[in-house]
Amino acid sequence: MSEQPLFKVTIDNITVEVPAGTTILNAARKIGGDVAPPAMCYYSKLEGSGGKCRTCLVEVSKGSEKDPRPMPKLVASCRTTVMDGMEVKNITSDRVMDARSGVVEFLLINHPLDCPVCDQAGECHLQDLSYEHGKAGTRYEFQRRTFKKHDLGDKIQLHMTRCILCYRCVFTADQLTGKREHGVLDRGDHAEIATYIEKNLDNEFIGNVIDVCPVGALTDKTFRFKNRVWFLKPMDAHRDCPTCSGKVTLWNRGDEVFRVTARKDQWGEVEDWICNTCRFDKKQTSDWVIEGPRLIDRHSVISQGHYAGSVGTHKPTETFEAVHAGRQPKLLMDIHSVSEVNKPEITLSKLDRPAHSTDFTSNKD
Amino acid sequence: MGVKLLLEKAHVPGIRYIETYRKEGGYRAVEKALKQMDPASIVEEVKKSGLRGRGGAGFPAGMKWSFIAKPEGVPRHLVCNADESEPGTFKDRYLMEFIPHLLIEGLIVSSFALGSNDTYIYIRGEYAWIVDILEQAIEEAKANGFLGKNILGTGFDCNIYVQRGAGAYICGEETALIESLEGKRGNPRIKPPFPAIEGLWRRPTVVNNVETLAAVVPIINMGGDEYAKIGVGRSTGTKLISACGNINKPGVYEIDMTISVEEFIYSDEYCGGIANGKRLKACIPGGSSVPILPANLLLKTAKGETRYMNYESLSDGGFATGSMMGSGGFIVLDEDQCIVKNTYTLARFYRHESCGQCSPCREGTGWMEKILKNIDTGKGKMSDIDLLWDIQRKIEGNTICPLGDAAAWPVAAAIRHFRDEFEWHVNHPEEAQKRNYGLAHYADPIHVPA
Repeated sequence: MSEQPLFKVTIDNITVEVPAGTTILNAARKIGGDVAPPAMCYYSKLEGSGGKCRTCLVEVSKGSEKDPRPMPKLVASCRTTVMDGMEVKNITSDRVMDARSGVVEFLLINHPLDCPVCDQAGECHLQDLSYEHGKAGTRYEFQRRTFKKHDLGDKIQLHMTRCILCYRCVFTADQLTGKREHGVLDRGDHAEIATYIEKNLDNEFIGNVIDVCPVGALTDKTFRFKNRVWFLKPMDAHRDCPTCSGKVTLWNRGDEVFRVTARKDQWGEVEDWICNTCRFDKKQTSDWVIEGPRLIDRHSVISQGHYAGSVGTHKPTETFEAVHAGRQPKLLMDIHSVSEVNKPEITLSKLDRPAHSTDFTSNKD
Repeated sequence: MGVKLLLEKAHVPGIRYIETYRKEGGYRAVEKALKQMDPASIVEEVKKSGLRGRGGAGFPAGMKWSFIAKPEGVPRHLVCNADESEPGTFKDRYLMEFIPHLLIEGLIVSSFALGSNDTYIYIRGEYAWIVDILEQAIEEAKANGFLGKNILGTGFDCNIYVQRGAGAYICGEETALIESLEGKRGNPRIKPPFPAIEGLWRRPTVVNNVETLAAVVPIINMGGDEYAKIGVGRSTGTKLISACGNINKPGVYEIDMTISVEEFIYSDEYCGGIANGKRLKACIPGGSSVPILPANLLLKTAKGETRYMNYESLSDGGFATGSMMGSGGFIVLDEDQCIVKNTYTLARFYRHESCGQCSPCREGTGWMEKILKNIDTGKGKMSDIDLLWDIQRKIEGNTICPLGDAAAWPVAAAIRHFRDEFEWHVNHPEEAQKRNYGLAHYADPIHVPA
């Protein structure tokens, strides 16, 4: 076999060599870290996926060594292959960051943002994306699009209201199960994922649509509302399964197995598809051979505490004074004004931090 | 009178039938092309003619034809895009309805040039009666030996099939059209690969507009060089313009692209002036998706030169002070028309027609429609205007197909040129429900109606 030619591509000033035919996104993933554009619809294991969500848009500032002209529009990095000598700007481009924040805003205007009751919270790609690229407030003032919940069979629930129409589940159902019974109805902002019209999805591998869903639109009914993912401990395990590889991740709390999922890599993509029996029916520790704790890349905002950096320190634009027509905030009862132990002349509300004993000892003596 | 190439014979009684059509000189191009020319020289003639795609983008047709990949043993296809759905555009309907054999003739010649043995006409579902007309024309052509096996004894086989769409605007986008033709959901494909490499059933495909393919007939008959002499600059040949709106004589006109916009609107040969003696306020010169122009920028460019009805002159000044030739849907608005309502109507259309595949277009079009509805019904805020601008900016250029741009441009142009009218709607919500804003500063500076 002849060596495939290697192309040099520079992404955010970092050069990497990849085989011809690699997409910009995969080249950036090879570099890793912040350079890898976020992807909501692209899934390397699904043929034809990608190009739809537009979160992975990048700027090509130099087409190739042969044709150095820049590309006029931002391109979807998941569907654009690299050329030799290509130069790409991702996080170093203001245009990209601006467009990406726009895409996040578009994705969120009809999203219910019901993270507190959503089972996906904590491992939701949209949640991460919004924290990383979104804004704290919304400019959308209209009623959000809602749908009724549908049961796709007795194990999977579809909650279209949360869906971002990435088409991943459609590709999964198409390519994995070999029987098309699941697609998109209608068009535009009233398009919906559906089985025509309310059929059950009945297939050995259909449970995988839950794993590929980037948001909480497709959820495992055996796990719904049972626990939050950040309380669960992922364990690699396997069993001798006649239909699939049997390599799974168990999500335990104590000795109890709360859910079973496929093993996912650092980009949140499934390594081996698993069958419905493994996923839904084998919920006893005794069903499995435990390999050991799984090292999950806890990239999610909740696991990493990312939110402390961006939202926690976020200063509200509306101050107390503005809301209360110029009135100063006042403590309902300042304990120091009635205490004889402490110094009454200190107004605690003037301190911009928690009071400390030194506040009382160091002054006015 | 300007030169007429396509519609010259359109009103001869019985031209819909092949006997009359042949009597009037029809199917000469097929005989000439198939017997005296080879495919490469036809492509060369079309290149020489400078014919530009008449569907909207204006891409040179000869160039598009020369891009088609020719792998060994893989069939190639020609697809005629008759999914004419752009609001304000009805030129293809007119052509197919009155002189269907011109399209069939153009298709046979083009199929020969491209090596397509199975050629498709993808027609919008609403044109149900035209399907019958076309199918009858195809039957007649077959009976006369212009279609089917071994056409005119040259050994070239060609069949034309008419496929009805289900009435989605998005299926006028060439890759969505191909998907729909394959029997799938009409979602645009992600390019590359372009259809010229991988199109219908993953085979090399060329998709052309009805008018483009019909124009191949005069090009073959008169030669590419002669055809290029008509018109001006890179706008060669004739163009069908479907004029509508507040004009005295709405209809389809064939122009040779040398006349000025003013002449087109006011001369009795064409639109015949603004209806009811009103004054011109604005015009959308190329179908609903191109930027709207106020009267003062429509008749003269920003440099003060006369604006002509051709590709270059209409786009003079870029989007800041110009527009586009587009598909030739010429929509005229008089002083009684409300730009906000007009923009809202367009936004509603694009929201309804967005395929929902990529997020900026799916969500953005709906958002713009809701804001415009608020402004139109007197519930708007001043910040909404800037928000609209920001939304359209984030849709444009960030979508898979040009529908996102098409939805963003009318909103952008309306705010760019008519911001005062939007502000008036916000500031005077009650008055805006009762009366119209009128002309303000963008009245046409030169024409005073008699």
